[in-house]
Amino acid sequence: MATQEITIPVDRALGSSFVDRLHGLVVTVDHKKLGLMYIGTALGFLVVAGLMAVAIRLQLIIPNNTFLEPDVFNRFFTMHGTSMVFLVGMPIIAGFGNYLVPLMIGTRDMAFPRLNAFGYWMFLFGGLLLYFSYLGSPGLAGHGSAPDVGWFAYAPLTSRAFSRGTSTDYWILSLMLTSIGSTVSAINIIATIIALRCPGMKLMRMPLLVWLMLVTNFMILLALPGLSGAQIMLLIDRYLGAHFFDTQAGGSAVIWQHFFWIFGHPEVYILMIPAFACLSEIVPVFSRKPIFGYPIMVGATAMIGLISMSVWAHHMFTVGMTSVGNTFFAISTFLVGIPTGIKIFNWLGTMYGGKIRFDVPMLFCIGFLFQFLIAGLTGVMLAVAPFNWQLTDSYFVVAHFHYTLVGAFLFGIFAGFYYWYPKAVGRMLDRRLGLWHFWLFAIGFHLTFDTEHFAGLLGMPRRIFTYDAGRGWDTLNLIATVGALVQATAVLLLAINIVRSVKKGDPAGNDPWDAWTLEWSTTSPPPDYNFATIPTVRSRRPLWDLKHPEDPDWKYE
Amino acid sequence: MRRQLFGNQRALRGFFLLMLALICIIALGHGEPVFGIDGGVTNIFKPLAQPAQEIKETSFLVLAVCAVIFVVVAGLLLYGLIRFRHRAGDDGSEPPQVYGSNQIELAWTVLPVLIVFVLILVTSRTIADIQDRKPPQGTLQTTIVGHQWWWEIRYPGLNIVTANELHVPASDGRGPRPTFLKLQSADVAHSFWVPQLAGKTDLIPNRENLMWIEPTKPGTYLGNCAEYCGTQHARMLIRVVVHSSDEFDRWVTEQQKNASVATNADEGRKAFFANSCVNCHTIRGTSAQGKFGPDLTHLMSREMLAAGVVPNTPDNLRRWVRDPQKIKVGCLMPNMQLTDQEVDHITAYLQTLK
Repeated sequence: MATQEITIPVDRALGSSFVDRLHGLVVTVDHKKLGLMYIGTALGFLVVAGLMAVAIRLQLIIPNNTFLEPDVFNRFFTMHGTSMVFLVGMPIIAGFGNYLVPLMIGTRDMAFPRLNAFGYWMFLFGGLLLYFSYLGSPGLAGHGSAPDVGWFAYAPLTSRAFSRGTSTDYWILSLMLTSIGSTVSAINIIATIIALRCPGMKLMRMPLLVWLMLVTNFMILLALPGLSGAQIMLLIDRYLGAHFFDTQAGGSAVIWQHFFWIFGHPEVYILMIPAFACLSEIVPVFSRKPIFGYPIMVGATAMIGLISMSVWAHHMFTVGMTSVGNTFFAISTFLVGIPTGIKIFNWLGTMYGGKIRFDVPMLFCIGFLFQFLIAGLTGVMLAVAPFNWQLTDSYFVVAHFHYTLVGAFLFGIFAGFYYWYPKAVGRMLDRRLGLWHFWLFAIGFHLTFDTEHFAGLLGMPRRIFTYDAGRGWDTLNLIATVGALVQATAVLLLAINIVRSVKKGDPAGNDPWDAWTLEWSTTSPPPDYNFATIPTVRSRRPLWDLKHPEDPDWKYE
Repeated sequence: MRRQLFGNQRALRGFFLLMLALICIIALGHGEPVFGIDGGVTNIFKPLAQPAQEIKETSFLVLAVCAVIFVVVAGLLLYGLIRFRHRAGDDGSEPPQVYGSNQIELAWTVLPVLIVFVLILVTSRTIADIQDRKPPQGTLQTTIVGHQWWWEIRYPGLNIVTANELHVPASDGRGPRPTFLKLQSADVAHSFWVPQLAGKTDLIPNRENLMWIEPTKPGTYLGNCAEYCGTQHARMLIRVVVHSSDEFDRWVTEQQKNASVATNADEGRKAFFANSCVNCHTIRGTSAQGKFGPDLTHLMSREMLAAGVVPNTPDNLRRWVRDPQKIKVGCLMPNMQLTDQEVDHITAYLQTLK
């Protein structure tokens, strides 16, 4: 784990002017640069889709509001959902995987660096194509603009009879591009983990983040074809006269739902597992203890991956499945709660007996644990099919999945930002701004999404652009909108912090958190080649062994 | 100093207590006024019919289980954070390094398994109970057809067709009179949801779904389309009017009549039949037999216009005939570019359809 400099021939044509640096980004195949590009682009889409959410909330602030036209509103929630899943969640996973996996397993780059770059550009252009629909889609007949069919685009609303013009085609084609990106990135990460681990790093010595990345990327490979296949069928329906989903010619609308959720439910876990991964690295370091029950955590993650492939139709309890079908999917959904519960208990077990430091990354982890607990419990409620008949497609569901995707996923990812930013940039994010960000975001989050549960219980359906007074929804929606503004402020603080700290942050040094995994053994930011000499490890916590030669981990594992 | 204020445990503890209080409201405040807001007419925890009542009972059991889990786990989390926090005078040594314990892992695996087992039993019983119910003697059979963005309501045995307002009998002294709803769609997927009566069931084209309701209390119940179905999804409202048994029979008799042939609106009738209104609307007993829009035979017996958007007043009716797009932008009834006189006449004619 020596960190002495070694000389690498550098192409001197790449100077430091803006154009040169831009050129450097375009031609790079470096996993760290690509990782940061993934994350940076995702943050850009997060801001755009977040602003759409704010506009949606402003429209709903009072009954019968006329801030947004119905069609504009419908496009916004479609673009918001599609962007958040495909242009924020997926690339952030790819970004974290790209940046961290090679550093954590002690190698110098991904298995396929060029493929890696290809994946990023597919994602970027897919995302740009989706947003280009605002300009390109109206066409000569003036039909439509951006997609307005909802992020799960239920048939037959997407058929040419009900979705004229090309907006739905933009939705299909742009997502197929980003899916290509996600697929090659998944293949790359899996290959890297399997083939490029440093000497001594057996599978069961990998940091948990690497394990979880392995599972989540396998899930991407299994789940995405369901979506891509359905999208291809839809495209054939729309342009070549097939009738897969054409109900007026004997097609089935329900089969689209099956295809979509065979992808869509694993997708939720594809997003959640990387957040679990961040937690599994950060909680131990800030509790000063190794992760509790490492092998159980690996097994529980694999179980989640497996079971989550068999729960998709719990999104479809109201489509008229038989009672046997409904019971099956209720049971499989309950089962996924067991490994999930085990994971929560193991994080608690890690904290127990430790010395917990409340730095910003840890605060976000605590927020995650608390909110993920609630999200899990509302998930149990939704798995009870009869309860689900009341709750599904209401604001209760909106609140539930924002609890998982914001309260848990985004909190976990933010924890990761604060934790690894010093490694990537060489400087710390400002702690005070970070605390403001955490508290404002947590308060705004709870204002918005706690209240939306109640709106759902009071019968408010999702995806409505307006509502009448007198249903008991008015105050709740007002509070929810205020919360959205608070959250937006918090994200603004994060953006300021990220930009400011590049130049003004405190120097981080190699290992600011006194952590134990390999990425902290090299400089911050790491050199192009990551490690001067490829490290050799003897345990799950190589840096612990180095710091505590009197009590190394390898004696116990 | 400020750092301490934000980062310390007291703020954290306060935050957790606040959240705990909120969750308790969810768990205990069901159906009661929340934040001083009365649950209102679409509260799923104020059911006034089967199967909504049975769903509520199952839900409460689940809520109770979840509340207990929440209190235990959040309590453990909170306790751990406080008890094992990094203290000011700490000597900087690392705590004992514990790697795990198979006994403990086994314990917190078995416990969730037991809970899941209970939930499975409760859930499957309720599913079978509600879904597999057979229609008893005296059941009212109806067919609901979803359209963008209104509901067609048919009573096949009674020769009645109406729209947006489903009239059903209550199960009162005369014995159980549940209503079975056959759900279909003419275009895209919709979902029928009247929270106080039952959970949702989707209306899906090229498919037939079934649900039932058995209200006991006369009154008007509100609901919405709950599956996104295009531009005016938000304004696809449903009302269910529950009558006492006798009153329902009277309503049926009224609705079975053909359209009234009043003589005071001849010009309106002529205008109606001379324009393309008849291509989309049916008025039973006349040559207007269009199927695309709502049946207008007894239009004036309905409380609302445009699937619950505005009350059915002469003024609103006139505005609707003049330009439906002003009231419900994007709806499939076009502005017919009628003259003021035609609008007046047609409105007057429609008002005879009692």
